[in-house]
Amino acid sequence: MEVSTVGKINWLRFSSPQTFYPLAGAMMPWFAGAAILFGLAGLVVGLLVAPTDAQQGDAYRIIFIHVPAAWMSMFIYLVMATWAAVGLIVNTRLSSMMATALAPTGAMFTFLALWTGSLWGKPTWGAWWVWDARLTSELILLFLYIGFIALQAAIDDSRRADKAGAVLAIVGAINIPIIYFSVQWWNTLHQGSSVSLKSAPSMAVIMFAGMILMAFSFWMYSIAACLSRVRSVILERERHAGWVALEVGGKT
Amino acid sequence: MSDFLAMGGYAFYVWGSYIVTVGLMAAEVVLLAMRRRSVLRNLSTFISAGQGANHETKA
Repeated sequence: MEVSTVGKINWLRFSSPQTFYPLAGAMMPWFAGAAILFGLAGLVVGLLVAPTDAQQGDAYRIIFIHVPAAWMSMFIYLVMATWAAVGLIVNTRLSSMMATALAPTGAMFTFLALWTGSLWGKPTWGAWWVWDARLTSELILLFLYIGFIALQAAIDDSRRADKAGAVLAIVGAINIPIIYFSVQWWNTLHQGSSVSLKSAPSMAVIMFAGMILMAFSFWMYSIAACLSRVRSVILERERHAGWVALEVGGKT
Repeated sequence: MSDFLAMGGYAFYVWGSYIVTVGLMAAEVVLLAMRRRSVLRNLSTFISAGQGANHETKA
């Protein structure tokens, strides 16, 4: 299938595992490097430059990882569900592999959002955990990730595992707006958004900068981790293909 | 320096957050590297056992 015209890049070409495998390998170090640079900058701003908060003291510094981790937990889920849906509808193998590759990293950031939230809740609310709408829906997100991973692992036929996982991922996507709007829809102990698209951030510029730097770091990290994992998934699933034999044969 | 580590009395909460975050991310990187190595090892035995689809590349 040749859909490109002269002078244009044929983007559909990269939907084939064979062409995406080396591309992912070439892109991975750049995203990993960006993650380290943004992460170091974010740590310097968050731990050294940003002043101690008047109300919360230094406990507020947890925000620099808590909020970016929570953003990534939701964002990765949406990307994962989108790839899974594309794989289900268009039946492209690589899309489903991307969904599979994203799930563990998304689960990790969901756990980190809960973990750091708990460590922030204790000194500020006096409780490690409360069953409020924000915390409960985020916990459900963790179960959705774990369910997706377990469901795919339980089905031997990878194409059937893709389809079953995709259905779970798509149905579970309803939880994302619930998490996001939970602080508006219900009376929660959890505070409202510090950052919104409609208004200026309700926080000092330097704190906002630290949070954005860490968010970029986690974002770049997630892409690098996903690219690395999808390369392993591609090799495992395409092991019967001739190009894999050539690729691996040339390196051993 | 000790002021910095004390985090105004919130050291347990702040460092408990940062250390676990960095630790988990580092652990994922190690797991990804281990997975890649094991995939490549399994593939080379798989291919040298002659089960690869592309037989003409092998003598």
